[in-house]
Amino acid sequence: MGKQPVYYDDVQVGDAMPALVKHPTTRQLVQYAGASGDYYEIHYDHHFAVKSGLKDGVIVHGLLTAGWLAQLVTDWLPSPLALQKFGVSYRAMARPGDTITCTGTIVSKYDKDGQRLVDCEISAENQHGEKCAIGQATVALPTRS
Amino acid sequence: MVDFDRSVLGVESAPIRYDVEKGAIRKFAEAVGDEDPIYYDAQAAQAAGLKTIVAPPTFLCTFRAQELPDLQLAFGRVRLNGGNAYEYYQPVYAGDTITVTAKYADVVERTGRTGKMMFVFTELTFRNQHGEVVAKGRNTGIMRD
Repeated sequence: MGKQPVYYDDVQVGDAMPALVKHPTTRQLVQYAGASGDYYEIHYDHHFAVKSGLKDGVIVHGLLTAGWLAQLVTDWLPSPLALQKFGVSYRAMARPGDTITCTGTIVSKYDKDGQRLVDCEISAENQHGEKCAIGQATVALPTRS
Repeated sequence: MVDFDRSVLGVESAPIRYDVEKGAIRKFAEAVGDEDPIYYDAQAAQAAGLKTIVAPPTFLCTFRAQELPDLQLAFGRVRLNGGNAYEYYQPVYAGDTITVTAKYADVVERTGRTGKMMFVFTELTFRNQHGEVVAKGRNTGIMRD
């Protein structure tokens, strides 16, 4: 695996997790439609998308952007089981050809019910600096002692 | 205020069961572009402390609930995904059987920068073959003109 453990003792509010950069393509949207079972045509049929009021055509599935943000967090964690809560809201639309940069920052750390929890703010931004998705993740981390 | 059928709020859908297939997990992780071997290889997953191949966090979206009754919302030309949130209690492994139920939690009218929108909040519950609630979800659907 080669993943370094992340300890509660070592993380501080304001720390950033390593960024994750994605380059969505129309091919990936079709692949994700098949893998997720979301066949809504606004994600792969240009004319349908335009008729639906999306004048620039097809858009990335919100849940694919969410998948990248989940990967951002699980890449940073030693185990995906540490993820307790994960939520995103979609803002600007992501499109094929965009460069989407996912980032996350620790906003608080605290004890709750015997667990050491860390809240993170996460976001996916396009090449114009527009936020396509913003959200929060809560993770439980081990301690050194 | 846009009219809709309030009698369907809070009514839980009939459960739908899914067998969690490792091939489906692999295809989903490939579509997201997540190369973590815990989603592809049972030995790698075990080396990472997992029982076997595990589902990525947003794989829950592949467990589609039975379609909820029509809200008869007399509004909206396009339906967009406004957000997705999950709380995780147990891992979902390849070989598990997951049952999903859904209900409308709320419908709210808001006016944003693109005009009037209707927000439809749906809550999901995911249970495994042991009857344990493995996760809960909350989806935000947006109807707009």
